[in-house]
Amino acid sequence: MVTTVTDRVRGGVGESVVRVDAVPKVTGTFDYASDMRADGMLWGAVLRSPHPYARIRHVDATAAATLPGVHAVLLADDLEGKRTFGLNLDDQPVLADGLVRYHGEPVALVAARTPAIAHEATTLIAVGWEPLCPVTDMEDALRPDAPRLHDFGNVLRHVHITRGHPDEAEADVWVDGYYETGMQDQAPLGPEAGLAVPAEDGGVDLFVATQWLHVDREQIAPCLNLPPEKVRITLAGVGGAFGAREDIHMQIHACLLALRTGRPVKMSFGREESFLGHVHRHPSRIWLRHGATRDGRLVTVDARLLFDGGAYTSSSPAVLGNAATFAAGPYEVPNVRIEGTLVYTNNPPCGAMRGFGAPQVCFAHEAQMDKLAAALHTDPVELRLRHALHTGSVLPTGQVVTGSAPVRELIELCARAPMPDLQPARGRDQLDYPGTTGNVTHGEGVRVGVGYAVGFKNTAFSEGFDDSATARVTLSRSEPTGCLKSAPEASGEAQRPGSGVVAEIRTAAVEMGQGLTTVLTQIARTELGVERVVLHTADTSMGNAGSTSASRQSMMAGGAVQLACRLVRDRLAARARGVAAPGGGPLPEPVELRDGVLAAGGERVADVADLLTEPVAETAVYHHRPTTGFDDAGQGDIHVTFTFAAQRAVVEVDNELGIARVLQVAAAVDAGKVLNPAGFEGQVEGGTAQGLGFALMEELQAENGLVRNPSFTDYLIPTFLDMPPVLTYAVEEPDPHVPYGLKGIGEAPAIVSTAAIVAALRDATGRELNRVPVTPDDLAGLRPPRPTPGPPPVPDVPGQWPVPYYHQRASTQSQLM
Amino acid sequence: MKLSLTVNGEQRVIDDVDAGESLLTVLRDSLGLTGTKNACEQGECGSCSVYLDDGLVCSCLVLAGQAEGAEVVTVEGLAARGELDPVQEAFAQAGAIQCGFCTPGLVMAVHDLLQRVPDPSDGQIREELAGNLCRCTGYQKVISAVRLAAGRTNGHHGY
Repeated sequence: MVTTVTDRVRGGVGESVVRVDAVPKVTGTFDYASDMRADGMLWGAVLRSPHPYARIRHVDATAAATLPGVHAVLLADDLEGKRTFGLNLDDQPVLADGLVRYHGEPVALVAARTPAIAHEATTLIAVGWEPLCPVTDMEDALRPDAPRLHDFGNVLRHVHITRGHPDEAEADVWVDGYYETGMQDQAPLGPEAGLAVPAEDGGVDLFVATQWLHVDREQIAPCLNLPPEKVRITLAGVGGAFGAREDIHMQIHACLLALRTGRPVKMSFGREESFLGHVHRHPSRIWLRHGATRDGRLVTVDARLLFDGGAYTSSSPAVLGNAATFAAGPYEVPNVRIEGTLVYTNNPPCGAMRGFGAPQVCFAHEAQMDKLAAALHTDPVELRLRHALHTGSVLPTGQVVTGSAPVRELIELCARAPMPDLQPARGRDQLDYPGTTGNVTHGEGVRVGVGYAVGFKNTAFSEGFDDSATARVTLSRSEPTGCLKSAPEASGEAQRPGSGVVAEIRTAAVEMGQGLTTVLTQIARTELGVERVVLHTADTSMGNAGSTSASRQSMMAGGAVQLACRLVRDRLAARARGVAAPGGGPLPEPVELRDGVLAAGGERVADVADLLTEPVAETAVYHHRPTTGFDDAGQGDIHVTFTFAAQRAVVEVDNELGIARVLQVAAAVDAGKVLNPAGFEGQVEGGTAQGLGFALMEELQAENGLVRNPSFTDYLIPTFLDMPPVLTYAVEEPDPHVPYGLKGIGEAPAIVSTAAIVAALRDATGRELNRVPVTPDDLAGLRPPRPTPGPPPVPDVPGQWPVPYYHQRASTQSQLM
Repeated sequence: MKLSLTVNGEQRVIDDVDAGESLLTVLRDSLGLTGTKNACEQGECGSCSVYLDDGLVCSCLVLAGQAEGAEVVTVEGLAARGELDPVQEAFAQAGAIQCGFCTPGLVMAVHDLLQRVPDPSDGQIREELAGNLCRCTGYQKVISAVRLAAGRTNGHHGY
């Protein structure tokens, strides 16, 4: 075989490449979980609680079970396996057993011939409810006389962090602030869905859209009374996730029905059930006190956080850990005290959503920085630059920032970004006014505002968790079938470097839309010097890859693929030694696979294709550096590494009508190394959109525990008319000890845009705006800022870990996410 | 009830359609054309957009019976000859896809827009597509895809 070695392999790390799943997605052939089907398939449906808190006196399912077309009805009493599940703690009932703790909690299951029959059957199940008075206010949950929602009480976790001498810190200027955030929903467009197929060995095959196959299996198998190896999970197409698919939703239910009926069972939530059936972003209340010297030096921050975890634990302990560690912002502060509390209520369970505790505190600490700048009569950008974290800075936990931290550069990029063209107040196209097609304003009372925000997010799991990732890479001459194939261009392949050689990647890491699979093919091309890369569908027969969350998979699964590729290279080098110098010593360094050849010391040794007399396959496991939990003072090496982001938002507000329009967002992200520029921009733009939604419109409203707006008619997400142009900037300062120096960038942009937009709204209106989402009434001054009687007392807890851990309630994962 | 219609140029007869069924469920569950997506099923997100005769509709809001005798074109019908439509090509090239669940509906909406307005302004693009929700992209690259497709199609559209 002749290879032109001057040709460079295309589509490697650093190039903008077309997504590997682009063609199936534009043609409608990409199979999402809700598209799954099987011969003889039944449809599953769930009866959910209409009450936020109630006892179940009796259940009569006779009418449902005898409805023609119904194959099974399951109640709590029918469960033969473990009756609870959960991410950090197994406290969530598979089916409510005598008590429900939130609106939407599953009570009974039905399998039927059609979705309509299954739904009808759920309405025929008679439940004797005894409604109880729900605890729906997070401060009420802390009162001594509040009903105890779990046997150990209502406090799930309290984290305490002290650094320096917060009680003795002397400041000349103090600013106090109180902030509230509402319950945001991930609202992925793809509904929760999956197909469970009973297997001949008594096990079950599950095809589902999820974020972590192996932790799903860990929770599912005991509830089915099956050993893990009999629960085989294959990833179905994921229509977005943003944290909503970290928790179990339909997995256990569909498997139970499939095993009971002996038929494949499909479940696919409608939009209302989706809103009721997954966790949300924690509502929060935050009290901050910043103290500075007269010459503008921030000397102390006192933070009190209260987060509403809803009815069950989910991943709340880790969310609180994050929020607490980020509460003082990405700034150097010598004296800090942070008290963070997370309580149970009868509101919908909250858990993971993009940002995972950081957006709430970013909204608060950035408002404080603006307040402090005003009190000091200094420029808010200047104040941030002066205190910006950098490599070597010490965080409130005592953790030293050892990786790259170009916070100043990020802020300066935003400050220098071109401003949007500001149009005259009168005579515009209607689309260019706040309210756009609403035709509500023609320029009267319209004012421009500019705001900044800076924030940060940890990459990968923290507090001592070793969330490793596994990948297997095979290099061969043969062409596998039935997989997602990826080549930068289809034409002229015979002449391309490495033609005739194909790399295969097997990893259980989940692609949910963010672009991971494309990035993994880029890594394989760069490491192996071949263009043809094949990705196998993720399933539980492969090694655990950890969760697609916490901005971690480019680093973790990417790191595993890189390691596996290098093991493949070493195997080929061993083969090449025999070719180059039979019986000789090692090849001169560096040994590289590039553009279809194996090179050593800069010299070509052999064509890769010629070395592949037999395929080479290697498996590798990537571990991030170890971290620790919090000690009694909240000190510890808590996080692996950080991604920083800054944004500047420019808005216009009609101050009379309270209608806002975002004109432009300048977004700078600490990317370390951008692997796929097109994908990077997409993550920044999309994350900014979700932050904009949180600032201006997105809130799942739970009134006295009842979800009032579970639809896209009533829960608004940004449209084409709401989103402004986003100017995206990457700072590429490689993070040492991370593959390619990359940073996880999925979350950081979503964290800061809410805070930046609200800062701009304050600039345009002169109003305090201490709650998100901001409403027209807030902007027009018809609703005063949210009042507070001051923070509630710090609860008495046994230690820094979640309270149930001290009550012999071991977590399912044994460690925190 | 029995339903006869043309889907992507092919005559189809479906025997057991419920009177209350939507065109969306017929396409997805009876005909297996799952490219048309079921994101909200209440006409808010545009993911189920198809051509009904010559007009773009949310197929979740169309009763199956209303499609009797009609010509329906779904996303599967755009690349029927094995070649991507310029709109599909532009979405891939511009990076306008992430999770992709909104993509089939958006591809249909952009296809429809460019038939009516071959060279839309930014404002027209935003207004015309405001009925299609996307949760991943922030829309910017979708707008780039529309511009790219407008430049390539030169007013010629066919399926």
